[in-house]
Amino acid sequence: MTEQPFRMARGGFIDRKRRVTFRFDGRSFSGYEGDTLASALLAAGEHMVARSFKYHRPRGILGSGSEDPAALVQVGSGLAATEPNVRVTEQEIYEGLEVHPQNCWPSLKYDIGVVNDLFSAFLPAGFYYKTFMGPPGSWGVFESFIRKAAGLGLCPQEPDPDDYESLNRHCDVLVCGGGPAGLMAALTAARSGARVILAEETARLGGQLLSSDPEHLRVDGLAPAEWVEKIDAELRGFEEAMVLTRTTVCGYYADNFVALWERVSDHVAPGERDPVVPRQRLWRIRAKRVVLATGAIERPLVFHGNDRPGVMLARAARTYANRYGVLPGRKAVLFTNNDQAWRTAVTLHDAGADVPAIVDVRHEVRGSLLDQAASRNITVHLGTVVTGSSGRHRLRDVTVRALDGSGGVTGGETRIACDLLAVSGGLTPNVALFSQSRGRLVYDDALAAFRPGQSWQKEVSVGACNGTMSLEDSLSEATCRTVDVMKEVGLKAKPLKVPSISGSEFSSGAISALWEVPSGLPAKKVRAFVDLQSDVAAKDLRLAVAEGYDSVEHAKRYTTVGMGTDQGKTSSMNAFGVLSQARGVTMTELGVTTYRQPYKPVTFGALAGQHVGKLFQPRRTTPMHDWHVANGAVFDPVGDWLRPWVYRREGETHEDALMRECRAARESCAVLDASTLGKIDVRGPDAREFLNRVYTNAWSKIRSGQCRYGLMLGEDGMVMDDGVTACISDDHFHMTTTTGGAARVLGWLEDYLQTEWPDLKVYLTSVTEQWAVASICGPESGKLVAALCDGVDADPETFPFMSWKETAVDGVPARIFRVSFTGELSFEINVPADYGLWLWERIMETGAAHGIVPYGTEAMHLLRAEKGFIIVGQDTDGTVTPIDLRMGRIVKKKGDFIGKRSLFRSDTARANRKQLVGLLTDDPDVVLREGAHLIATSSEPAPPVPMLGHVTSSYMSPNIGRSIALALVQSGGERMGERLYATRADGPPVPVTVTETDFLAQREGADA
Amino acid sequence: MFVIECPWCGPRDQSEFSCGGEAHISRPAERSDMSDEEWAEFVFMRTNAKGLFAERWNHAAGCRRWFNVLRNTSTDEILAVYRMGETPPDVSTGLPATPCGEAEIGSGNDAAKVMVEAADGTTNTRDTV
Repeated sequence: MTEQPFRMARGGFIDRKRRVTFRFDGRSFSGYEGDTLASALLAAGEHMVARSFKYHRPRGILGSGSEDPAALVQVGSGLAATEPNVRVTEQEIYEGLEVHPQNCWPSLKYDIGVVNDLFSAFLPAGFYYKTFMGPPGSWGVFESFIRKAAGLGLCPQEPDPDDYESLNRHCDVLVCGGGPAGLMAALTAARSGARVILAEETARLGGQLLSSDPEHLRVDGLAPAEWVEKIDAELRGFEEAMVLTRTTVCGYYADNFVALWERVSDHVAPGERDPVVPRQRLWRIRAKRVVLATGAIERPLVFHGNDRPGVMLARAARTYANRYGVLPGRKAVLFTNNDQAWRTAVTLHDAGADVPAIVDVRHEVRGSLLDQAASRNITVHLGTVVTGSSGRHRLRDVTVRALDGSGGVTGGETRIACDLLAVSGGLTPNVALFSQSRGRLVYDDALAAFRPGQSWQKEVSVGACNGTMSLEDSLSEATCRTVDVMKEVGLKAKPLKVPSISGSEFSSGAISALWEVPSGLPAKKVRAFVDLQSDVAAKDLRLAVAEGYDSVEHAKRYTTVGMGTDQGKTSSMNAFGVLSQARGVTMTELGVTTYRQPYKPVTFGALAGQHVGKLFQPRRTTPMHDWHVANGAVFDPVGDWLRPWVYRREGETHEDALMRECRAARESCAVLDASTLGKIDVRGPDAREFLNRVYTNAWSKIRSGQCRYGLMLGEDGMVMDDGVTACISDDHFHMTTTTGGAARVLGWLEDYLQTEWPDLKVYLTSVTEQWAVASICGPESGKLVAALCDGVDADPETFPFMSWKETAVDGVPARIFRVSFTGELSFEINVPADYGLWLWERIMETGAAHGIVPYGTEAMHLLRAEKGFIIVGQDTDGTVTPIDLRMGRIVKKKGDFIGKRSLFRSDTARANRKQLVGLLTDDPDVVLREGAHLIATSSEPAPPVPMLGHVTSSYMSPNIGRSIALALVQSGGERMGERLYATRADGPPVPVTVTETDFLAQREGADA
Repeated sequence: MFVIECPWCGPRDQSEFSCGGEAHISRPAERSDMSDEEWAEFVFMRTNAKGLFAERWNHAAGCRRWFNVLRNTSTDEILAVYRMGETPPDVSTGLPATPCGEAEIGSGNDAAKVMVEAADGTTNTRDTV
């Protein structure tokens, strides 16, 4: 026996010189370059490749492309480079390809899960809903069983080792689909000089032309593939035309924004892939016009036993024979309700298969079809249907009976032995992208399917996806419509001469819709599947209607029809038909389910593109960053920034380092990289008035050289941001914001300036990245600043708190602000960002004599808490007013400011709001947990527990010599000295005393 | 992701913009007799229209300018772009809407997915508003 017994002697677009071996289900197979897994497996005679989702029934290869519902496998081995739910009809084979069956154990053919099928009566439509809604606990009973039994492939467990990228493109025309209509449209557009992108889902251009009989069909006198090659060659000659194969148009979004998914390297063995080329690519296209040429999808017929491996769509059977040179069966029966499928019987017969019968639902068919059958001695059964099939893992025979004319079957049963049943229920225009674009569909009786009716976006549908099934009409429509489209974008185009066609086999002819084929069996025994992936049978759909799920959208969700990874490509139309009959309404009245993006499953890798790892969220770093890295900094992400959190010296724990940094800040001197502070340059004659309106305090009297702290509120009166602003000159201020709030504050201030107060002459510029800032803190800091800066006297008398000076460090212009976030003597030196690292190194060098220590954000947080200063976003949460912070002293009485009126609303003005206070635990070694709730009693009462507030900040303070905490407590300002209790999960509540927030002042008070 | 015609920069991708909610709500001047309700109306209350809606947009990743947009919220169709302080142009005549306010095409809702009667054939461009 040869290894590819079903490979035809010639034909197909495969390279017979290049033999490829691969493994499937533990066995070795061979095929040729150009084969898909499906064609190679069929060449070996393997039809059964999977088990179904719910009942674990054997699943074969129904289609030949992305429409196939259930021939899904796991590609690749290992925990990282493995991909579930790959369609065998799409994966191209390469040397060494490893493929595993899914959803079966211990093996594909001997699967324990098949017991589900025996219990199918207990797994009816809506099983999940019924279980969820059932008696309490029933889901718990079923869950473990269902989770194991139902399912598809396995997720990779490790990070994706491959590279992906996403690219943006603009074009005049995007042509979706590289079949005959798409080729014609693309060439028409390209000849007019348009920027054209042509996307074809499979590896080759040509679409159905490649599935056509090369001996029979002639396009302009050429074999179909020759004509395709001619067009392809001309297209590739245009500089502005881009042809993408292995590229699925996966999403059609607003304003002709279209996503394309290109599998760049999936067909190449991993070891041979070009390392500079990504595995997959996502193209984000904004097209002036879109031409949809997505073709039609053949739908199966719904009959008893229609899900057996060996049952295949008629066009797919033709595709395997003509495109891949594989005979999908040696004894083939055709079951159809339309003309075009008859070609399959002819093709298979001429390729050497025995065709014992053509079974056609219709009572009359065209004479030419009958002649073709007669000349090949094929028996034709008209007005007849297939009522059943047999064969365990592969079709063995089918039974046929005559239709009785009133919806049933009559007469005797004929059993026909066969190993292939080619079925066709008609061609359904592939309107998925059209519907995604929000166009309206219209039901077409002649097609027994929906086709595009009215466009919403700037697109046209041409060819089979528009319901134009004949090849000649399709080519003519494609070129004419494209000419119209080119005119709309201002380009002159001429319609191409439509090629002469002979031997066309594309038309369905008079189709006879038969949504469910009668079997003559009692209803309970019928297993006629509509959805082969989700195991939805026609009777499930009828049950949904009977149980009240009338709407097509409800019936879909109740039964899960069309909800699998195939998105119902072959099943939706049949489901609509069964539902419309069950409800006794027309297709138009029934409507359709929603076609959503993506057209088929897209890998997360392609969607993520380059935005992984370091590029997932790019981090901003300060000019001093390299020094921090070199000096042991552990980093803390703050907003988009990376800030040093703590600098750990050799042998130190995190805690040791933190304590050392905090002590230095109060005992000698310490320096913080404060470059990330938001900085906004505020200029203009009305700058002062502007500050009056955006801060709660008054700015009318601030003089050049002075600084002032301000709170910004939202219009709801809640604290939004805070910071120090310096008066540079009468009409020029330097505003600082929190690190994380910088962008938001700038945008918000711009909003007010542009929309509420356009009369104010104020100009805002973000200067965050223009200044590098080193904040030097500690008793020695004055001396250090004097040593660093040219001619600066850092005497607190002449350089008072909340003032600033223009100076220079070694000739580099600098601004020094005497402000403090620690309560300690401190100076913020601002220099142009390019000198940031230089300044930092100077500080470390000069500061060595003063015991300089760099400190990070953790120490900063602790130091400010010692002083009782707030951090917006930590001690506030968007529900806290300045009064709640007991900072009413900086809320002016006169004049309006943003949020002022809200402070007098009944809720914000009430007395018992939560206020910010300090907390000291009885045991100085106990550090409260941030977020801990505060209650009034020493033990937790029964719920609901009356909550008085919660801890917002909590630390072990080396300078105070004990733990400290800040908290928001109901009427906190009136509770000084009161005893409260902080709850904790792992023990009884901790007794605490309410204090003022400035712990340094309390310590000094105690010392004095 | 739709395209927004920035009055200063021209047509750009929606991802460059941020939406500032309902337009034409001006901040009341400070008045001592303003009731809580009046103030709350300005701070908290916004309409959530289905159909024609005037809203503010900011070209956040571009020129940073604020401007107004008239958008059909059921279809995302942008009917007009105009500057701050300008009155919205009259576009209501061109709005496709069913009695319940549903646009007859473009919303993606059930009522708009299938045509009741066949279109007269080949109109494949949208009616311009």
